Amino acid sequence: MTYNYKVVRQFAVMTVVWGLVGMLVGVWIAAQLAWPQLNFDIPWITYSRLRPLHTNAVIFAFGGSALFATSYFVVQRTCQVPLFAPKLAAFTFWGWQLVIVSAAITLPLGLSTTKEYAELEWPIDVLIALVWVAYAIVFFGTIAKRKTPHIYVANWFFGAYVITIAVLHIVNSAALPVTWTKSYSAYAGVQDAMVQWWYGHNAVGFFLTAGFLGMMYYFIPKQAQRPIYSYRLSIVHFWALIFTYMWAGPHHLHYTALPDWAQSIGMVFSLILLAPSWGGMINGIMTLSGAWHKLREDPILKFLVVSLSFYGMSTFEGPMMSIKTVNALSHYTDWTVGHVHSGALGWVGFITMGSIYYLMPRLFGRAQMYSVRLIEVHFWVATIGVVLYIAAMWIAGVTQGLMWRATNPDGTLTYAFVESLKATYPYYYIRVLGGLLYLTGMAIMLYNCLMTIRTGKAADAEIPKVALAHA
Amino acid sequence: MEALYLLIPLSLAIVVLAAWIFLRMSDSGQFDDMDAPAHSILLDDDRPPPMDITPKGGAVPKDPAPPDNAGR
Repeated sequence: MTYNYKVVRQFAVMTVVWGLVGMLVGVWIAAQLAWPQLNFDIPWITYSRLRPLHTNAVIFAFGGSALFATSYFVVQRTCQVPLFAPKLAAFTFWGWQLVIVSAAITLPLGLSTTKEYAELEWPIDVLIALVWVAYAIVFFGTIAKRKTPHIYVANWFFGAYVITIAVLHIVNSAALPVTWTKSYSAYAGVQDAMVQWWYGHNAVGFFLTAGFLGMMYYFIPKQAQRPIYSYRLSIVHFWALIFTYMWAGPHHLHYTALPDWAQSIGMVFSLILLAPSWGGMINGIMTLSGAWHKLREDPILKFLVVSLSFYGMSTFEGPMMSIKTVNALSHYTDWTVGHVHSGALGWVGFITMGSIYYLMPRLFGRAQMYSVRLIEVHFWVATIGVVLYIAAMWIAGVTQGLMWRATNPDGTLTYAFVESLKATYPYYYIRVLGGLLYLTGMAIMLYNCLMTIRTGKAADAEIPKVALAHA
Repeated sequence: MEALYLLIPLSLAIVVLAAWIFLRMSDSGQFDDMDAPAHSILLDDDRPPPMDITPKGGAVPKDPAPPDNAGR
């Protein structure tokens, strides 16, 4: 009896492919902001249409495939059973790829709901819902027929992300279809804004955080060969996180038409969120206790541990930016972009890369990746890229915030908008460079993975006959 | 702010569901042992058997080397 590695392999390979595609679009649009001529007056590749293609590709195609691959791997190995309903699992793979390809076609065509991270029009939304229901059946079905009595903590994080995303997607995407390619949101005005950012922030909290914490709680102990620093803390961390995240959404709507009391709730819960987030970060990093020396030689561990440093940074920066007075400066500036990318490139990107580098050899019957040296090169190139990107955006963002709010003694604005654009222009060049480095790292990863696959052999692991120690 | 008539009950329902799941799991003993589960994943050996490269393919796979997976 073997584990179902086939669907894990499929998703793992597509993670790397979509990562490269999504980041390439990212570099392209960053370049368009620096050199608008790169729009070429062609509607399908204008910035406005490519930006949602970039966000959807990196979050759902890259991040989504990584979550599918790792959750399917972890749930099988920790429950010591093959995936429940393998045909449904296969459907989730092909269905998800169809969602991605549909996005790649419709978004450049300008077909969009205009809701951020929910731009895909209603037929694709229906497909996403179907894939997601199948995913839930496969994942929870596997847990239900587990041979180990205890459910390992990573599965709690994966389970929470699966359930919550289902609710968020269905509620936020509720719409009245008018034609095959056009629908109107069930909500309007500031009502829609509130639902949108309830969705938007919980997408960050459950898709980009809880799901990837599931990855973290499995692959860090496995790679370091150390148990999680405090298993008890991991359970506490999980429940605290999911109870608090739900309420942080309004911090996207400070100083808008949203009622003040709703803004205040968002701010307070975002600040509270700092505690469980850092609990998780500390738990993951301290797992290296007694194994810090491994960081010197092991680039996979570097990816995994540095991802947590960025996670800590972002989950400190986020609550700070949720404070209304801080937000008055940061909102609509490039500081928000910097914050997003410190979390996306630093946390989500790196934990994914570390986890995929762990998985890939095992899925193809090899002891290690084709080239460990290239993993090291990837790590340094990508890290420099991240630092350049976020530093450039911090400076640009604060500059914008300060210039936009500067007033003369008579109350008029000191600067015209175009003057702030002129002041922040140099940082747009630096951002392109940072992104280009990060993309280069991804290309190195693709090469390393392809060589690993070429010199390896797809094989499914045997399920151990003896159940894991009495847990 | 009518959207809140949907969002607040919905979020509360999710919270109640989460609390119910937590209490049920706690009662059924999921959180009784806070030490063993951290180790059980480490006992799960997921390394593939060494690739068979002998000419006739008759070799029996050796016992895997003791775990030291720097970079692997």
